[in-house]
Amino acid sequence: MEVVRVDNLTKVYGRGDTQTVALVDANLRVQQGELVALLGPSGSGKTTLLTSICCINEPTRGRIELDGTCVYDDGWTGVDVRAVRRQKMGVIFQAYNLIPFLTVLENVALILTLNGVGQQEAQGRALELLEYLEMESRWQRYPSEISGGERQRVAIARALANNPKVLLADEPTAALDTARGKIVMSLLRKLSREKEAAVIVVTHDERMVEGFDRIYNIADGRIQ
Amino acid sequence: MNLAVRDIRRHKIRFLLTCVGLGLLLTVVMAMSGIYRGLINDATEVVDATPAQIWVVQKDTRGPFAESSRLPEDIEYSISAVKGVRRASPVSFQYVQIQRGNKPARLFLIGYKLGGIGGPPAIAAGRTITKKHYEIVVDRKSGYAVGDTIRLGLEAYNVVGLTRGMTSPSGDAAAFVSLADAQIIQFQLDNDAIRNNRQRVIATFTALNSMNPFMREKATNKALAAAENSHFANAIVAELDDASLAPEVARYIRRWNHYQVFSAEQERELLLKGFIEKSQKQLWLFRTILVVVSGVIIALIIYTLTMDKLREIATLKIIGAPDRTIVNMILQQSLLLGVMGFAVGYVVITQTYAMYPRTVLLQTLDMVVLFAIVVVICVLASILGIWRALKVDPATALSGG
Repeated sequence: MEVVRVDNLTKVYGRGDTQTVALVDANLRVQQGELVALLGPSGSGKTTLLTSICCINEPTRGRIELDGTCVYDDGWTGVDVRAVRRQKMGVIFQAYNLIPFLTVLENVALILTLNGVGQQEAQGRALELLEYLEMESRWQRYPSEISGGERQRVAIARALANNPKVLLADEPTAALDTARGKIVMSLLRKLSREKEAAVIVVTHDERMVEGFDRIYNIADGRIQ
Repeated sequence: MNLAVRDIRRHKIRFLLTCVGLGLLLTVVMAMSGIYRGLINDATEVVDATPAQIWVVQKDTRGPFAESSRLPEDIEYSISAVKGVRRASPVSFQYVQIQRGNKPARLFLIGYKLGGIGGPPAIAAGRTITKKHYEIVVDRKSGYAVGDTIRLGLEAYNVVGLTRGMTSPSGDAAAFVSLADAQIIQFQLDNDAIRNNRQRVIATFTALNSMNPFMREKATNKALAAAENSHFANAIVAELDDASLAPEVARYIRRWNHYQVFSAEQERELLLKGFIEKSQKQLWLFRTILVVVSGVIIALIIYTLTMDKLREIATLKIIGAPDRTIVNMILQQSLLLGVMGFAVGYVVITQTYAMYPRTVLLQTLDMVVLFAIVVVICVLASILGIWRALKVDPATALSGG
């Protein structure tokens, strides 16, 4: 089942002399349970594509469909994109972006409470996810009290909390050493299989994309 | 989970210090409201405590409080005879400054006819005045106790009783003496001054050579008696058979041409206009400035707190938090700051109001109104922070670092 469908997506920044074409007629299809990498050097347009799929960056033209819902068709379609993100997406950030004033457990439970799940149930489900990611012993800690690798696991748990159809990861290993980076990537592989989420990983590091279902190389705004 | 409270926990020292600072500001606002109420209370205390519906004073004056007034004591008999008047009494008012230990103390001395109107309304300790001379009842605020002696003018007076909450329009402690004593304190001169005055009167009449010696002596004696007469009062107060008769009785007495008559309500109005109108405006101005300052402090601290978590706000937006979650977080922090500041202010003022030199009357209504104003200020103060938070581009959460 096709979860992400991007057609002829183009993004142009600026106007006139300062105009920069970040993405040109990009087409992308990602199936349920598929692990996809967007690989390219800095400035190639991979983050532009990711933020467009994430509905936080308005493309110049093209079409984006997420889990059967068209969110962009040469303009936002009026769909509540925050609700789409809240209900259908999980996002993993390069710098983890955990909320520093919430504990590990609360960080994971937050997305559930935003989706209207009761406090107790949200915390129960969050704890299950932390167990799944072998982080249950750290549930009371604050992000500042755990290591970088552990923070990334918590960030993954948070991204999984709402059982997303699409998991978007922006350079998830950039802040980790190679060994920890590979652990995170293998975790994402495991998630795409077991949780049946479409996982799109943006990375510039070719060593990290081993075992991915598909790899899209991006250069100068064009998918090769 | 409450994001506002969780975030405050991270900045609890800064937040608590701001609460204390804001609380102290609000303490001053509450104190000013209390002082304003105290001013009204003090200004009208004597009029309210006097069971008279009519105040007769010297013609063309607004006495006896707003302006000085002097009229013969025996007018009371004429006024008592007016139809509708149950009884009338002369009263006198004067400020005295005495030395108490090393400190000067001011008393508002009220002279009244024993058994008449204008005496102490209630005795909190000791007894009321029973002898015509050398007894005094003072308010607790003066610091005197029953059994103390106070020197006033040429004589010493024994404190026989205490009142509670009786003050002058300007907030000084009231003291009650018999009218006879009040007249002595107010008008009686020492022996040297009396001798000097007599010499002046005699010299004036001796110079009238054209006068028959017998007539000159009679005139001199009459002039001396008039000069030494101290039977004056500052007002005659009258209690009526029916309060509704006040306008009619006042109209009748005004026809005598020598006196000005005020109802108790008019006397009250004169006091409020004369004594506290400017103070009231001043206090309003200060209160307004302080409330605005409080609002600016809340706005600044909320804005700073918001600026500290722009990245978290961007993250919240990416993970799908609706704007209302973000708005609630900032608004709740602002309200929490205001409510805690108000609580600090309330605790401080209720523990300290008795120590203020002026009367501070804390009224529930004033507190409720101030609380409502604080809530409104908090909502307004949070607008800047909310505006900044809603402007945050969620994409900023994706940048590294």
